[in-house]
Amino acid sequence: MDEEMREVIEEFLVESHENLDQLDQDFVALERDPDDRDVLASVFRTIHTIKGTSGFLGFTKLEALTHVGESLLSRLRDGDLRLTAESTTALLAMVDAVRAMLASIEAEGHDGEFQYDAIIDLLTDLNAAEAVERALEPEPEPEPEPEPETPMLGEVLVESGQVTEEEVAEAVSEQAEGDPRHVGEILVEKGTVEPAQVLEALHAQAEKAGPGVADSSIRVDVGLLDKLMNLVGELVLSRNQVLQYATNLNDAAFVANSQRLNLITTELQEGVMKTRMQPIGNVWNKLPRVVRDLAQACGKHVALEMEGRDTELDKTVLEAIKDPLTHLVRNSVDHGIEAPEDRAEAGKPEEGRLLLRAYHESGLVNIEIIDDGAGIDVDKVRAKAIERGIINNDQAARMGDREVMNLIFQPGFSTAAKVTNVSGRGVGMDVVKTNIEKIGGTVDVQSRVGEGTTLKIKIPLTLAIIPALIVGHGEARYAIPQVSLLELVRLESEQAKKSIERIQGAPVYRLRGKLLPLVYLREALGEHAEDAQSHNDAVSIVVLQADEQQFGLVVERVDDTAEIVVKPLGKQLKGIPVFAGATIMGDGHVALILDVMGVAQRSKILSELHDKGLGAGEADAAARRKDGQTMLLVDAAGGRRIAVPLGAVARLEQFETSKLEWAGSQQVVQYTGELLPILSVASLLGFGAPESSDPIEVVVVWQGDRQVGLHVAEILDIVEDVELGRGTSTNPGIVGSVVIQDKVTDVLDMRAVVAAVDPSLLTDSRFEEARV
Amino acid sequence: MANERQFCTFTLGDGFFGVEVEKVQEVLRYQDMTFVPLAPAEVTGLINLRGQIVTALELRRRLDLPERDEGVRPMNIVIRTDDGALSLLVDQIGDVLLVDPETFEEPPETLEAKVRELVTGVCKLEDRLLLLLDVDKAVEVGAPAEEARESAYAG
Repeated sequence: MDEEMREVIEEFLVESHENLDQLDQDFVALERDPDDRDVLASVFRTIHTIKGTSGFLGFTKLEALTHVGESLLSRLRDGDLRLTAESTTALLAMVDAVRAMLASIEAEGHDGEFQYDAIIDLLTDLNAAEAVERALEPEPEPEPEPEPETPMLGEVLVESGQVTEEEVAEAVSEQAEGDPRHVGEILVEKGTVEPAQVLEALHAQAEKAGPGVADSSIRVDVGLLDKLMNLVGELVLSRNQVLQYATNLNDAAFVANSQRLNLITTELQEGVMKTRMQPIGNVWNKLPRVVRDLAQACGKHVALEMEGRDTELDKTVLEAIKDPLTHLVRNSVDHGIEAPEDRAEAGKPEEGRLLLRAYHESGLVNIEIIDDGAGIDVDKVRAKAIERGIINNDQAARMGDREVMNLIFQPGFSTAAKVTNVSGRGVGMDVVKTNIEKIGGTVDVQSRVGEGTTLKIKIPLTLAIIPALIVGHGEARYAIPQVSLLELVRLESEQAKKSIERIQGAPVYRLRGKLLPLVYLREALGEHAEDAQSHNDAVSIVVLQADEQQFGLVVERVDDTAEIVVKPLGKQLKGIPVFAGATIMGDGHVALILDVMGVAQRSKILSELHDKGLGAGEADAAARRKDGQTMLLVDAAGGRRIAVPLGAVARLEQFETSKLEWAGSQQVVQYTGELLPILSVASLLGFGAPESSDPIEVVVVWQGDRQVGLHVAEILDIVEDVELGRGTSTNPGIVGSVVIQDKVTDVLDMRAVVAAVDPSLLTDSRFEEARV
Repeated sequence: MANERQFCTFTLGDGFFGVEVEKVQEVLRYQDMTFVPLAPAEVTGLINLRGQIVTALELRRRLDLPERDEGVRPMNIVIRTDDGALSLLVDQIGDVLLVDPETFEEPPETLEAKVRELVTGVCKLEDRLLLLLDVDKAVEVGAPAEEARESAYAG
């Protein structure tokens, strides 16, 4: 493939992906209003374009598939057929297939080996339905793009109050009678307006029409924007250095110049940040489809509403919240909203409501996921948390309802449990929380039984440049991100001695009557606390928010606030929980950025909740902070330990053996309206079968959009931070081996799982349903 | 002599070491460093290298050699790694030498355990022995030991 061709194909891919994203939404909208011709026409155009281009580029399979889709769509558009749930599903499947082919074109340069005959047949069948009077489908022409609306000159003049509507109407009618002159000319001749006014109106008219979208925007490589952002970050640092130098120098001209540099840098920084801002709608676009598919699979009715889809976020942040958000939405549909009959019984409308809301608030973006489902029962959460050993009875009694509710984010709360419909929330809430916290965000849950659940996510607008408070002692300086900063309390030496009290050795301060646990920065950094206490100097308490808990960080010096550029630490230092990164200060020295959560955990401010629940104390907690994969540990059969990446796990289930059925050569279970293939991990790996038990333990894993059940003997544990890559295995089905809890454990290769499932079962199960 | 390769040499105490020149980004005089509390002992601090933050590793500690005399300032050899640049602190920088890899020999058993672990070969130069440092291994400094953490915590 030569360079030119590659460029054409690349453009085709980018364009098609954009269009397909729009399609998903269009289809979901169509299902509500199947007669919306405009949307149908737009869907038709998209498919038509893909068909045309793929034919031109020689992707015959893609062309064949889109061709049948197009035929069906053209009849829908013309009103020959009505869009049904059945045809929507088929068309969505076509969109998926087109995506798969586009992915293959991107990766390998051709449209793949896979045959999409099933979809083609289905689409043809649907198209053949009632196609009596139209045996031959003429090749439809694409609809012309509507012209952008430009106001007429007369309208502009009327709007500006220079002429009356009647005068314009008169001129227009003269024009209609054959006067070849423009409206403006006629009006000037009649003396109604001055030529200058017409000129002005013409300008206004041109402005209103505006340049087309195509003229005013260009595509830019994200890599380039990232680079610009980095450069601006460097510029901000240099600016800080110049400013500091300028203040020391006392040279008026230099100070003035550096002030100008300061202003320009700030503006540039804002400008570049803006280029990276994208509306959250870009991520939300995928959700209607997710909700639709899942609701259909669970037999529920869910109306998805979105508010504030224009709310903008930095692209990196947006990328980072994509998965957690999808997970939460899935959860709300799967577990939050009840089945229609239950809703009817509870006196609610059968259709559940799921509202996504995004808005800016004090430099943060708030995202809320609100459902009107069954809600979470605090008492059940409390009971379960005690049962799972996450909290003890004592703690449970002391905790408020809100705190208890947030226990659902604790690792081990829902995951290791055998599926349980107790609270209902599925796997991975802790993973969601971890991912959101990684980008400096927080997540909170509120719920009322019977009324619904609200999940509230708060995230910073951007990650690259953040405002920070600089504190320190001696020569050392540390930056604290201002996101977690609540307030500063300064205590003079005498006061400091008096007002910092101790409860069994633990320092506390009375902040407006409430006890605030204190952490000495020196202690948190492993230095001797006596150094800090011995001198009688004034200290400052930096009041910080970590999770639900407030605490005060006692520092000897508060220097300043600064815009800092966060730089990652090398891998040698990644294991230290109290640091989030480093930055370069105005004087060119490096300062470390404190990780408020890490400080709190290390200082056991949060530890009671976070660590003791695991029952293994500090070692486990330390391990948890490192990077690595989280694994679900299972006993495949006869004590053979296998680890499954937790990211792939959807649910843990138990099935009665009587529920097991055969579909072809594949054992299946009817599960949420679909056929769930059941694979025995032991036979997959070739060491026999698990002992027969009833019910059987099944780990349901995601394979793309579909699920596969893994039959195992026992679910053992969840282990965090598993470092892979300890020698790859030659055993098919095993990615490699790792040592977990001092035992060698094989890690399951998820690709082998896909390969082992009868492919027809995976791809066709939906169509079987669609046909019924 | 097509096989000859270039090595950047340096000294640590009595030892004469070399690293492949391709791995070396630059050599710097002593730089101001920011101390990192709770870090592994080998990490001496962070350096601002033209806006890039570089971790400095004390190679003497990495090799279990005695500490450098007080007041003697180390030199930086900035190494390229997959994880970004990293500085190794050494005593003195030597010349870049052309060496034929054929003349390398296995490090003798009698070397100190840590040194043996990080040295891939010994090259017999005319007047002295050149120890070839395995850079990738040398920069592998893990999380601080659990004990150190615990005791630091208790303090």
